[in-house]
Amino acid sequence: MVSIKNLHKKFGKNQVLKGVDLYINDGGIFAVLGPNGSGKTTLIKSILGMVIPNKGIIEVLGNNIKKNSDYRHKIDYLPQIANFPSNLKVKELIKMIKDLRKDTDEDERLIKLFKLEPFLDKKLGNLSGGTKQKVNLVLTFMFDSPLIILDEPTTGLDPISLIRLKDLIQTEKGKGKTILITSHIMSFVEEVSDEIVFILEGKIYFKGTIQDLKTKTKQPDFEHAIASILTENHA
Amino acid sequence: MLKILKYSFYDLMRSRWSYVYFAFYLLLGVVLLFLNNDLSKAVITLMNVIIVLVPLIGTIFGVMYYYNSKEFTELLLAQPLKRSSIFLGQYLGVALSLSMSLILGLGIPFVFYGLFESSAIWDFSLLLITGTFLTLIFTALAFNIALSNENKIKGFGYAILLWLFLAVIYDGLFLMTLIMFEDYPLDKLSLVGTMLNPIDLSRTLILLKLDISALLGYTGAVFKEFFGTNFGLIVSFTMLTVWVILPVLRIVFKSKRKDF
Repeated sequence: MVSIKNLHKKFGKNQVLKGVDLYINDGGIFAVLGPNGSGKTTLIKSILGMVIPNKGIIEVLGNNIKKNSDYRHKIDYLPQIANFPSNLKVKELIKMIKDLRKDTDEDERLIKLFKLEPFLDKKLGNLSGGTKQKVNLVLTFMFDSPLIILDEPTTGLDPISLIRLKDLIQTEKGKGKTILITSHIMSFVEEVSDEIVFILEGKIYFKGTIQDLKTKTKQPDFEHAIASILTENHA
Repeated sequence: MLKILKYSFYDLMRSRWSYVYFAFYLLLGVVLLFLNNDLSKAVITLMNVIIVLVPLIGTIFGVMYYYNSKEFTELLLAQPLKRSSIFLGQYLGVALSLSMSLILGLGIPFVFYGLFESSAIWDFSLLLITGTFLTLIFTALAFNIALSNENKIKGFGYAILLWLFLAVIYDGLFLMTLIMFEDYPLDKLSLVGTMLNPIDLSRTLILLKLDISALLGYTGAVFKEFFGTNFGLIVSFTMLTVWVILPVLRIVFKSKRKDF
């Protein structure tokens, strides 16, 4: 689904990615983990073409993404902080994104799922953080794309919406989609992900199942396994 | 690109500032007509205001829009859209809505005053055309500055400096060079110097069309000979077009290499 070879990225003097090699198979949920500033978001934004790598090749579904924008028809992306144009109504934003990508009826089902009906005529600037995140989720999941990228999807969600989100992720996985998630909530990662990719200082430190990680670090639970990687590497 | 243009345009049309800008020109047009009681005279006064104000508003609006719509831009970047169409769409959205405020704001009072029966119609049209050109030029320059500067305060600072330079300082430097080298024939040099600054170019273009070039002395005569002819007019408009195209090309070039 996604293949990354020898990816380098520098911001000024700060070398963020130092030769990332990563292959992500079709189908399944992959969690991208790592301490703050390890390059998770940079990696994701490189896949989306928002960050332009200094070196390396990225292929999504067999297409080199350099100087290409059509491949993004195959990706649904949930940005980290949902900041939308504030003088737009929720309804108008959804309509606009549909107009820019393609028409779909999925949004009605998602609006019902997240109980967003009362907010449709409100302006985005007046919504709470959690409600904005729900709108963000609707915008992401309404297109039926084979690759879904979620950057911190749980931010600001109440427990019931979180359960709905988990169900939604599982349904999408059931359709055979590939889902990439970054999150700092370890329990969430443990619950949903099939495989984890751990980034440390701009390189892939570990890739495999949670069980493999526990065996490798000789820790009984996931949270401690992650913590032990971080303490061992003084990160 | 047209879809982005449409959304940026609607977005701006609903924002308060477009109305403020429109209302300002409406008021300016009405007041000038009321005070001058004469279309041609009102056009001259208007020129002085437009030459300075349009670039300023274009610069400020351009920078402000770019920084304010950063989140919107990031949302668009993740969609299957070309970068050039995102940024050109936004640029044209800003530039066209500003031009529309200018044209409607000034046009309405002048039309009601009887512009169409007056001989000033050509001068007035020229004024609006150069105003539109200046909007296109300075919005593009503002987008360039904003694209190159992540820091808002720096971006605003450079934008204001650019305006100050082209609107005020350039003239000062230009005048000083002319005084320093007054022993030499300077008409060619001053012609080129005028061409290189879009504000000066627009001012000269309008002044000479308004037939008050006698005020400018010998250089005025040289200018009149050049700008007054169709050839001069074509060259001037070509220059203004170049002033639009170059910054727009840099927007495309710069946006393709930028990280978000």
